[in-house]
Amino acid sequence: MATVQSRSPAGVTGPGRAAIAARQLRTDRWWLAPAVTVVALAAFVVYATWRAFTNTDYYAAPYVSPFYSPCLSENCVEMQGGPNWAVLGDWWVLSPALIFLALPLGFRLTCYYYRKAYYRAFWASPPACAVAEPHQRNTGETRFPLIVNNVHRYFFYAALPIAVILTYDTVLGFRNAEYEWGHMGLGTLIFLVNIVLVWGYTLSCHSCRHIMGGRLRHFSAHPVRYRLWTWTSRLNGRHMELAWGSLFSLALADLYVYLLATGVFDDPVLF
Amino acid sequence: MSTVERRRWDVVIVGAGGAGLRAAIEARRQGRRVAVVCKSLLGKAHTVMAEGGIAASMGNANARDNWRVHFRDTMRGGKFLNHWRMAELHAREAPERVWELETWGALFDRTADGRISQRNFGGHEYPRLAHVGDRTGLEMIRTLQQKLVALQQQDHRETGDFESGLKVYQECTVTRVLTDASGRVAGVFGYQRESGRFFLLRAPAVVLATGGIGKAFRVTSNSWEYTGDGHALALLAGASLINMEFVQFHPTGMVWPPSVKGILVTESVRGDGGVLLNSEGRRFMFDYVPEVFKAQYAPDEAEADRWYTDPAGARRPPELLPRDEVARAINAEVKAGRGSPHGGVFLDVSARLPAEEIRRRLPSMHHQFKELADVDITAEPMEVGPTCHYVMGGVEVDPDTAAAAGVPGLYAAGEVAGGMHGSNRLGGNSLSDLLVFGRRAGLHAAEYAAGFAAGEPPEVAEEAVAAARAEALRPFGAPEEAAPPAAGAGENPYTLHQELQQTMNDLVGIIRREGEMSRALDRLGELNARARRMAVEGHRQYNPGWHLALDLRNMLLVSECVARSALERTESRGGHTRDDHPRMDPEWRRVLLRCALAEGGDGVAGAIEVARHAMPPMRADLAELFEKEELAKYLTAEELSEVLSPGSAAAAAAGGQPDQAARGTQGADE
Amino acid sequence: MTTAAKDSGGSGDGGPPAAGYQVRLRVWRGDADGGGLAEFTVQAHEGEVVLDVIHRLQATQAPDLAVRWNCKAGKCGSCGAEVNGRPRLLCMTRMSALPRDEVITVTPMRTFPVIRDLVTDVGFNYGKAREVPAFVPPEGLAPGEYRMAQQDVARSQEFRKCIECFLCQNVCHVIRDHDDNKPAFAGPRFLMRIAELDMHPLDAAAEQDLDRRAGAQEDHGLGYCNITKCCTEVCPENIHITDNALIPMKERVADRKYDPLVWLGRTIRRRRG
Repeated sequence: MATVQSRSPAGVTGPGRAAIAARQLRTDRWWLAPAVTVVALAAFVVYATWRAFTNTDYYAAPYVSPFYSPCLSENCVEMQGGPNWAVLGDWWVLSPALIFLALPLGFRLTCYYYRKAYYRAFWASPPACAVAEPHQRNTGETRFPLIVNNVHRYFFYAALPIAVILTYDTVLGFRNAEYEWGHMGLGTLIFLVNIVLVWGYTLSCHSCRHIMGGRLRHFSAHPVRYRLWTWTSRLNGRHMELAWGSLFSLALADLYVYLLATGVFDDPVLF
Repeated sequence: MSTVERRRWDVVIVGAGGAGLRAAIEARRQGRRVAVVCKSLLGKAHTVMAEGGIAASMGNANARDNWRVHFRDTMRGGKFLNHWRMAELHAREAPERVWELETWGALFDRTADGRISQRNFGGHEYPRLAHVGDRTGLEMIRTLQQKLVALQQQDHRETGDFESGLKVYQECTVTRVLTDASGRVAGVFGYQRESGRFFLLRAPAVVLATGGIGKAFRVTSNSWEYTGDGHALALLAGASLINMEFVQFHPTGMVWPPSVKGILVTESVRGDGGVLLNSEGRRFMFDYVPEVFKAQYAPDEAEADRWYTDPAGARRPPELLPRDEVARAINAEVKAGRGSPHGGVFLDVSARLPAEEIRRRLPSMHHQFKELADVDITAEPMEVGPTCHYVMGGVEVDPDTAAAAGVPGLYAAGEVAGGMHGSNRLGGNSLSDLLVFGRRAGLHAAEYAAGFAAGEPPEVAEEAVAAARAEALRPFGAPEEAAPPAAGAGENPYTLHQELQQTMNDLVGIIRREGEMSRALDRLGELNARARRMAVEGHRQYNPGWHLALDLRNMLLVSECVARSALERTESRGGHTRDDHPRMDPEWRRVLLRCALAEGGDGVAGAIEVARHAMPPMRADLAELFEKEELAKYLTAEELSEVLSPGSAAAAAAGGQPDQAARGTQGADE
Repeated sequence: MTTAAKDSGGSGDGGPPAAGYQVRLRVWRGDADGGGLAEFTVQAHEGEVVLDVIHRLQATQAPDLAVRWNCKAGKCGSCGAEVNGRPRLLCMTRMSALPRDEVITVTPMRTFPVIRDLVTDVGFNYGKAREVPAFVPPEGLAPGEYRMAQQDVARSQEFRKCIECFLCQNVCHVIRDHDDNKPAFAGPRFLMRIAELDMHPLDAAAEQDLDRRAGAQEDHGLGYCNITKCCTEVCPENIHITDNALIPMKERVADRKYDPLVWLGRTIRRRRG
C-alpha cells in the first residue's frame, strides 16, 4: 500500500498544493448529472440490445423500426416499397439489425458530446468539474483504444446515408396499412419528429461543422461554406439536446413499431 | 536577517502596462538587456481595463482625418495646456504604433474593406478609435505581452535561456530609484511580494511606467496598483511633477451596488448612441455645452440624433463633449436633485439600439451590468456617476526622449508622465500615449544605457541600499530614529488608507474650494504623522497589510502634490474645477505648476513645494492649425499676437521640415 | 467590530445604506508547508461579491490574509480561487448567489502550488505560454497593409477575450488530478492560443515550416483532452473553449493525422521513398 501511495501522483491532495484533505468541496448536487447519464444511457443500451437481437416485431405496415433499416438480408420481413433489399443474400442468419447498427452506434460512441457524457458518467474522468477523479493515471485520448475516437468523421460520413434511408422510411409512413398514399397516423408524426431530430443531431455534429467550413482559414473567400458553417454552428450549440432527443426518439419510434406489431394497439389514423 | 539579491541590467522598466511593455520591447530590440518589474502578474496591469479604443488618425472610417486634426482635438481637449510637442508627436506617431500591433498579432475589429475599424469618442472630430468590442485594453496588453514572449523565444533560440535578455520580475514592488553621488540613476530597490525578499537591480537607465494615482481617491475606476508609485519614486529621486492638479473624473462609473461603485462604464456607450437622462427623463447635456464648444456640438436632439447616421451633415451630440464637461454636468444634475435613486444619472442605450446590436458592440458592459448589478442594459438604463479615472499630471519629461527633467537616466512614459494631455485627456488618447511614448522611452533609455556598455555604470552607495531596506522594514517596527514606535498600538494601514481616500474624495474631488483644500492639507499632515506609526502584523511573505503600508507613502506624497497644486491654481480648467474660481483664465494657461520635494524633506511628510513655471509657447505652424477666434478663447492677447505675428509664421514656413522646426523652437524654450 | 461598522458598505455618498448581514466563512490559510480552513464571521452587504467580504475580513480581522486581486471588475483575471469547491473569480461571485445561512468555503486554486493563503504559484501557465510559437507575420506586408475580413478574425477574437485567469487550467482534470501530465499538456488556455493562431487569417507559420496542428498534438498534448468541457463551464468570459477551440483543433489534427486515406498515401510514399 505504502509503495502504491508514494508512486501515485496525488493530484489535489499532493505535495505543494494547498493542504486540504477533502478531494472536493462542492456543496451542490454535482453527482446528479452523471447519475442521470448512467441511468439513461444504460436503459437505452439494454433496450436497444434486446430489440436488436430479438429479430421480431420490427415491421408494422407502413412503419419499419429505425433499428432495422435498412434491412439487407434474405431473412428480413416483407416490407412493400420498404428499405429491404436482400443484397446480402441468405447467408446472414442473425438479426438483420446487427448489420448496420454498428454505424450509428459508432457515430454516437465517437461523438464529441457522448464522449464527454460517458467519460464523466461511466469513467468518472472527471465525474464533475473540480471533483477529483479516482484514477492513478490519465492519458486522455493519446492511446489505444481511446485514440480511435479521432475517426469520428468517418462515422459521420456513414451516418449520412443511414439518415437518408430513415428519411425514406418516414416518407413511406405517409401511407396507410394498405399501402395507399396520402394518409397519416400517429406513427407518421412520431417518425417525423424522429427524423427531424436525427438530422438535427447528424448535422450539428462537430465533424460536420468542421467539414462544412470550420477547416477554412478565410471564410470571406468562401461565402457559401461560411453560411453553411454559421448554420451548423448554430445547430451545434444544441448538440447535446439533439443527441438526447434523437436517442429517445429512435427508441420511441422502435417501441411504437413494436407495440403495433405485437398488436397492443392500432395506429390511430389521422386521415 | 535577509540579504538583498542583486542583478545587473542595462535598462530597468518599472511597470508592465502598455507603456512599460512597449518600452521593454523597444529597449530589447535595441540590443539592451532589459528587466521589467511589475506589482502584479504579467498581463494584469490596469491597461486591461481600458475599453473604448486607441486613438489614431488612420483615416479608415473618415478619410479626412489626419494627424493635424487629431493634434487639434487633443489640444482642445486639454484646454491648450498640453505640451504641444508631445501632442504633436503623439498625433503623428499613433497610427504607426497601432499598425505595428497588428504585425504582432493583434486583431482589431474590421471595416467592410478589411481595414481597422474606428469608432467615435468624446472630443474626437472623426471616428478615430481602433478597438476590439469594448475590450481594447486587453487586446493591447495581450499583444504586447505576446510580443515580449516572442522576443524571449528568440533569446531562447540563441542562448538557451528565455530570460537572458528580457526578464519580467512579476509581483515585485520598487520602493526606491537609487542614484549615484552625482544624481544619475544607478538602479532600483524593491521587494518581492511573494517572499518578502529584497532585491537591488543595478542599471544606468530606469523607465517609470507605473500608471496613475486613483487609489488615493475613494470612488475610482483604478485598480489597487494605482498608488502613485512612479510619481513618488520620481519625486524622491529628484525629478519634478507637473500638472498634478488635473485629475480626470470619468463621467460614467457604476454607482450601484456599493461594492462596484466607481467601476468604469465605457465612453463607447455614448459613442454608440447612449444618452444621458436625469430623473425627469430630460437629455440634460444640451444645457451644459460651454461657450468654447458651442460651434462643434448640436444644439438640439434632432440634430444630435442625425449625427449618428450623417456625421458630415450634423454636429455631434453633447454627450460626446470632453470628459470633464460631462462629469461636471452630471455632478450638477445630481446636486440639483435630479439624480437617479443611487446618486447618479441614467445612461440609456436600450432605447437607442436593438438588443442584439448592444450585445455585439458592448459585450463586456452587458456582462458587467448583468453580473454585478442585475441590470440588463439592453432593456433598461444604467445608473452612472463620475469616478476618479486618470491623472493628467506626472513626471516632467522631455517630449522627444521621455527623459525626466533633472535626473539623468530616468525616463517616464504613460500615465506617470505629465504634459501630454494638458488639463484633460481625451478618451482613447491614453492607449496611444502608452504606445507612442512607451516606445520613445524604451528607445532613448536604451541609447542612454548603451553609453555605459563599455565603462562602469553609475555606482550605488551601500548606505542608500541600507536606508531603503530600513525604510521598507519600518512597518514591522524596525528601529528608526525618525519614528520611534508609539506607546500604544500602531496605526492600521487599511484605516489610514480609507481616511486618505475619503479626504481626497471629499475635499480635493471633482469640485474644489479653497477652504476644503486647506483642510485636506491639514488632514494629510495628520495622516503623514500617523503613517509613521503604522504597524503591520505577520511576516513578510505575501503580506498585503505590509504592501499597503509601503504604498501609502506614495499615495500621501502624490495626494499632497494634487492638493497643493489645486490650491495654487485659482481658475477652472479641464480636470480642475474651482467653485470659487469658476472661469478659465488665459493668464493661467501660461503657467505650469511644478511639484518637487522640498529642500531637506525626507519624502514622508509635508514635503512638497509647488513652483510656477512658464508654459513653452506653441510652434507657429501648429498654432496655425487653429482659427484665430478659437485661439483667442485660450490665449492672452499678447500670446496671440506673438503666435500670429508674420515673422514667426514665415520662419515656420521656411523651416519646411516640421521636425527641424520643432527642434529649433524647442531649443528656444529652454 | 467598530472597524467593521465604520467600513460598512462603502455606500458613502449619495446612495442609501445597503442592508447588512453576517456571513460565516471558511478560508484556507497556510502555505506550502501546510495549513487548513479557518472560520470567520464577517459582515456582508447587499450587492457584494465574495472579494468584498474577503477584503473586509482583511481590513478588520486578518490583515495579513493573502489574496491576489487587481481590477475587481472581472477584467484582469487575478482573483481566481475556489468558492464552495467551484473555480470562480472572487470578484465576479456575488454573495446573493450563495446560500445565506450556510458556511461559505473559500480555498486557493487546487491545481497550482500554493504560496500563501489564497495565492497560488501560477508560473506553470507562464511557462506554457513561452512554449507556444508566436504569431508569424506574413512576409511582404508592411504595417498598415493588413487587410482582414471581420468574419475571418471573429473566431480568433473570441479566444482573445481570454483574461488569463487560469481557471480553465485549474479545473482541467488532466493536470489537476495528475501532476505527471504537467510537462506534456499545455492546458485549455494554451491549446486555445494555438487554435487562435491557427485560425488567424494572416499567420504565416506554414511558410516558416511551422505546423501548428502537429505542434498542438505532439508538443502540447491536445490528445490528453477528453473534451469533458469543464474549461468551458468555468470560463468567466464565456468563451466556448471546447466547442470552438479544442474540438476544431482535434478535427484539424484529424485532417492530417487520422484520415485513413491520407495515412495510406503517406505510408506508400514512405515505402517507395
